[in-house]
Amino acid sequence: MSALSGLLDILKGDAQADRVVPRRGHSVRLTLFTSGAMAFLAVFALALSLASGRLADRWSEALARSSTIRISAPAAQMEAQIWAVLEVLEQTPGVASARALTEQEQRDLLEPWFGPDLPLEDLPVPRLVEVIETAEGYDPDGLRLRLAAEAPGAVLDDHTRWRRPLVRAAERLRSLGWISMALILGSVAAMVTLAAQSALAANVKVIRVLRLVGARDHYIARAFVRRFTLRALTGATVGTALGMIAIALLPSAQEEGGFLTGLGFAGLHWLWPLTVPILSAITAFWATRAAAFKTLRSLP
Amino acid sequence: MIELQDAAYGYGGGSLLSDINLRLAPGSFHFLTGPSGAGKTTFLKLCYADLQATSGRVTLFDQDTSEMSRDEIAHARQRMGVVHQDCEFLDHLPLSENIALPLTVAGRGGVEQDGNLSELMGWVGLSARANALPPELSGGERQRAALARAVITDPDVILADEPTGNIDWEMSLRLLQLLVELNRMGKTVLIATHDLALIRAAKAQVSARVLRIASGRLQLAGADL
Repeated sequence: MSALSGLLDILKGDAQADRVVPRRGHSVRLTLFTSGAMAFLAVFALALSLASGRLADRWSEALARSSTIRISAPAAQMEAQIWAVLEVLEQTPGVASARALTEQEQRDLLEPWFGPDLPLEDLPVPRLVEVIETAEGYDPDGLRLRLAAEAPGAVLDDHTRWRRPLVRAAERLRSLGWISMALILGSVAAMVTLAAQSALAANVKVIRVLRLVGARDHYIARAFVRRFTLRALTGATVGTALGMIAIALLPSAQEEGGFLTGLGFAGLHWLWPLTVPILSAITAFWATRAAAFKTLRSLP
Repeated sequence: MIELQDAAYGYGGGSLLSDINLRLAPGSFHFLTGPSGAGKTTFLKLCYADLQATSGRVTLFDQDTSEMSRDEIAHARQRMGVVHQDCEFLDHLPLSENIALPLTVAGRGGVEQDGNLSELMGWVGLSARANALPPELSGGERQRAALARAVITDPDVILADEPTGNIDWEMSLRLLQLLVELNRMGKTVLIATHDLALIRAAKAQVSARVLRIASGRLQLAGADL
């Protein structure tokens, strides 16, 4: 029985072959429940993985193309240094645009920490210049050297130091999501194998009678494989549906969340969970098939 | 068809059967007798490859059973009808489906199954019990059902282990009659039994060889039968 013909047999079915194995047994409920629960968890793992991917892409893209120059200078020299920095930036290849943040913008940035009515003019707060890069980007080391020469109080922060760990963390989270998916499928395989072995052990007499009247191992295995595959498919379909509903009902990310992205699916990503029942069924097919043939070979 | 050459079977260091030489030619009729525990059931199991000889050679349809794959053994069993001593059935299926099981597993269901089944169930007197589940059957009914299941595929060889153990004499004769008729149609028959009266009744109708297992060896039974 090749894998393809085996799967086609599963879909086609054989009413008489299905009847030779009794339907009773706790393995029915066990398989349905566990595959359903695993599918529910798999949907969340998938959502986590896809959301982490979006987060990593967003951080990577948004942060990679902007940087900040901080200017610390005595009040009398501040304006001159700002102009010097803007002039340097204007002549720097790879810089798309640059502008100094207004006092109001700086006040807005600091307000979450210091509260409203911050007397910014009385504090030695550095001024910030926002730099937007072109797609090619600029040479940060060269820019630092020129800034040191033209505006000694200017310090370039290209976000690299804190951007990299963030992007790496998001990518790691995405990998963990996929690893979770793999572990869940592995758990489905282990659970189906145990349930199938239990069912096979409970039906040794049935198998013996079938062998003695001339049933081939494929015929006997098919009855078990079809049953467990369909159970896993049914349970996983229900679990996936519930998982998708739960994801859809999650509150969306608020503006205040800032960098947070909503844990959920976006656009075509909603199609991804539909693969969970199919993967569960394929996993159950192989797990039951392996368990069935192993058990059958141990019998005369 | 079935041939045993110097076949032996033992377990745990002991020997149950040894130096067994027998050829079941097509169309032959054999009885196998001997005391309980002599090894009659083991002998039959060697014949349908449920057990493998620990030495010697058992040939089934010109194939050495020790070299046959599981599929080949299954295929060979589809050409054999076996009546087991314990008459095991699938307890969740009605009797009619149990009797038709050899056709079902061989992929020969449908019209062929319907035609043979009703006729055969009538012959063994189980038409009224077609929908009964095996646990609801008496010992005699189970044995008749087991014989019906063994012959429904029109097998080349029929092996029966104490087929009349739990049924009355009248039904025993009817079952014997069926086996004799099948033998006249060219089927090879081997019956393990300790029922000497049944053997005598058969010898009146058909040319049968009677074999006896004694001390683990196969002997031709004497004229006392």
